[in-house]
Amino acid sequence: MTSMNMIQALNNALDVKLTQDPDVLIFGEDAGYFGGVFRVTDKLQEKHGLTRCFDTPIAEGGIIATAIGMGAYGLRPVAEIQFADYILPAFDQLVSEAARLRYRSNGEFSAPITVRSPYGGGIFGGQTHSQSPEAIFAHITGLKTVIPSNPYDAKGLLIASIECDDPVIFLEPKRIYNGPFEGYHDRPIKTWAGHPMADVPEGHYTLPLGKAAITRSGQDVTVLAYGTMVHVALAGIEESGIDAELIDLRSIVPLDIDTIVESVKKTGRCVIFHEASRFGGFGGELSALVQERCFYHLTAPIERIAGWDTPYPHAFEWDYFPGADRLVAALRRTMEA
Amino acid sequence: MSNLPPLQLHIPVPPSRPGEPVSFDHFTFPAAGSVRCPDSAVDESEMRDLPYDLIRVLDEEGAAVGPWDPGLSPDILRRGLRAMLLTRIFDDRMFKAHRQGKTSFYMKSTGEEAIGAAQSLMLGKNDMCFPTYRVMSWLMARDYPLIDMVNQIFSNAQDPLKGRQMPILFSAREYGFYSLSGNVGSRFGHAVGWAMASAYKNRNDIALAYIGEGTTAEGDFHEALTFASVYRAPVILCVTNNQWAISSFSGIAGAEATTFAAKAIAYGLPGLRVDGNDFLAVAAATRWAEERARNNHGATLIEFFTYRVAGHSTSDDPTKYRPTEEAEKWPLGDPITRLKQHLIAIGEWSEERHESMATELTETVRATVKQGEAVGTLGKSKPSTREMFEGVFAEPDWRVIEQRRELGV
Repeated sequence: MTSMNMIQALNNALDVKLTQDPDVLIFGEDAGYFGGVFRVTDKLQEKHGLTRCFDTPIAEGGIIATAIGMGAYGLRPVAEIQFADYILPAFDQLVSEAARLRYRSNGEFSAPITVRSPYGGGIFGGQTHSQSPEAIFAHITGLKTVIPSNPYDAKGLLIASIECDDPVIFLEPKRIYNGPFEGYHDRPIKTWAGHPMADVPEGHYTLPLGKAAITRSGQDVTVLAYGTMVHVALAGIEESGIDAELIDLRSIVPLDIDTIVESVKKTGRCVIFHEASRFGGFGGELSALVQERCFYHLTAPIERIAGWDTPYPHAFEWDYFPGADRLVAALRRTMEA
Repeated sequence: MSNLPPLQLHIPVPPSRPGEPVSFDHFTFPAAGSVRCPDSAVDESEMRDLPYDLIRVLDEEGAAVGPWDPGLSPDILRRGLRAMLLTRIFDDRMFKAHRQGKTSFYMKSTGEEAIGAAQSLMLGKNDMCFPTYRVMSWLMARDYPLIDMVNQIFSNAQDPLKGRQMPILFSAREYGFYSLSGNVGSRFGHAVGWAMASAYKNRNDIALAYIGEGTTAEGDFHEALTFASVYRAPVILCVTNNQWAISSFSGIAGAEATTFAAKAIAYGLPGLRVDGNDFLAVAAATRWAEERARNNHGATLIEFFTYRVAGHSTSDDPTKYRPTEEAEKWPLGDPITRLKQHLIAIGEWSEERHESMATELTETVRATVKQGEAVGTLGKSKPSTREMFEGVFAEPDWRVIEQRRELGV
């Protein structure tokens, strides 16, 4: 075991796969020599060679199209999109091609690609370096969408994504690359050092896609979260004094519906917590599923705490970002209902 | 400044619309055999005249002339002729089948049969073509089972794509034919990725991709050329310039300003402009680009200058947007007639043999369609509804399983 932050854990996952599988290769804008703007591919080119980890033109559609062609050939490409906010030029490739190739060709061709991309807010990145676009991928059948919340999960889930035969969107919560974030921007920055989930084995391991983690067991209310918000939720729960059960979804497609349903049936209450704006967000799907499957166990309305339905703002970041205080208020409302 | 005339917005319009006299005066057609043929390893900077020229091999008498004559054996030529004729006959039969309500949709390749047929015969078994919907002759030249095509078009119980895809949007990996789709241009970059993968694995396979001239306006085209150039991908990138994108003439895609082959210049790629109705010219250009790709000199862009004789699909009526006589007046003729004329001129074919092949192919198509009809036509037969839920992921997730049960299949 080595203590790693999320960047190191992801870098280590890529290193493990490059070492183990000659069909794995990595590319993206600034991903080669420089090692990526967040350093996730640092030194991989130096260690594994120019053709294993290289820079691409600034053309996200071209990056994903190239990856799909390589995947169809039989490789396992890992493409980096520098910020999830920049993924939209590649949206047609992901929706019309990657997600549909296996289905429309009756399995003759498929796109076993992994698209890594830093996402989410909390770094004063304004509207082009802060967004959380997971719901638009979740809506596209044929794509898997994975979102880790800590170094240990990040490595195991990334290796599982690369080994997955389907296209995977792997969203990396950039605010917690270097340490867990509890939602208080004015408190001292924490690092991953000493965090139990920062103990990462050096070798190969995977976590199954579609298996949620119960980050905190509780009896009174179920909180559903992923990515950065797992840490914000934990802080809010501790602050509220309410015995909430916190489920870290880890992937939203496939979704671990069984763990969600079991928890809500036990607690009878559900609060959904995500950074992405609320209307049409993934919380809507979660809310519908919980309602459909747990209605007669519910003792309070389902709550959704999310980013406001505005573009991600710069100066108003901490007015926009759903902090622990909003969760605390929601937990109290839910308990009082 | 105030003396300047007011600005005028330019909207390109074709030389003639329905009811107006057909004119091709805006095109120039160099004589067959007049274009030089550089070595396939030559630096791109030494061949920038070629994208503005037009490579032609067959002259008016059907003789193969000039440095681009590929010197193909009569056997290969007859195979090409057969594939083109089969495509033509099959298209006519399936178009009728659509009018009879046996399928939802069809698209003909009429006039463009030389492109897929010649390229299919030039490339190897392990090469992959990333097709458009108008290169069915690729499959015909590789003897793809006709019955599988018919069943796919009828979306019946024997449809090899299990009823999941619109008619003629085939996938045939074993025949070097990548999965087609209805949105245009989005596979152009896949060919580059495929070719890069082959180079990455140090193999010798190359890729070939098609895009229509209208679709060269899409970002996919420019991204693919950029990646092909940057990584020197072993790929042949082909623009089939058939003059029409549904009802929009090639000027709407930029043809008033330059040629489609000339787009290559900005990417530092060789650009060839080729008579797409000349089987020998298509074959020769393909072989040139193939040689260049296989020798690790990278990609070539080829514009095939041709004409879409039929409508875009069964869903449009071309007489509503272009003169009816335009097709028959196309100055570069019909690819089947021209190859036939050549084979007869060299003593390797005859009107009688041609007639007899046409009869045989018509009968084959008739019998095969009948066989497909016996399985069923659209709505009368379909694969198991369970197939709708298969293949979404490698392994179905709970949503797909639950919904399949909900539908009771």
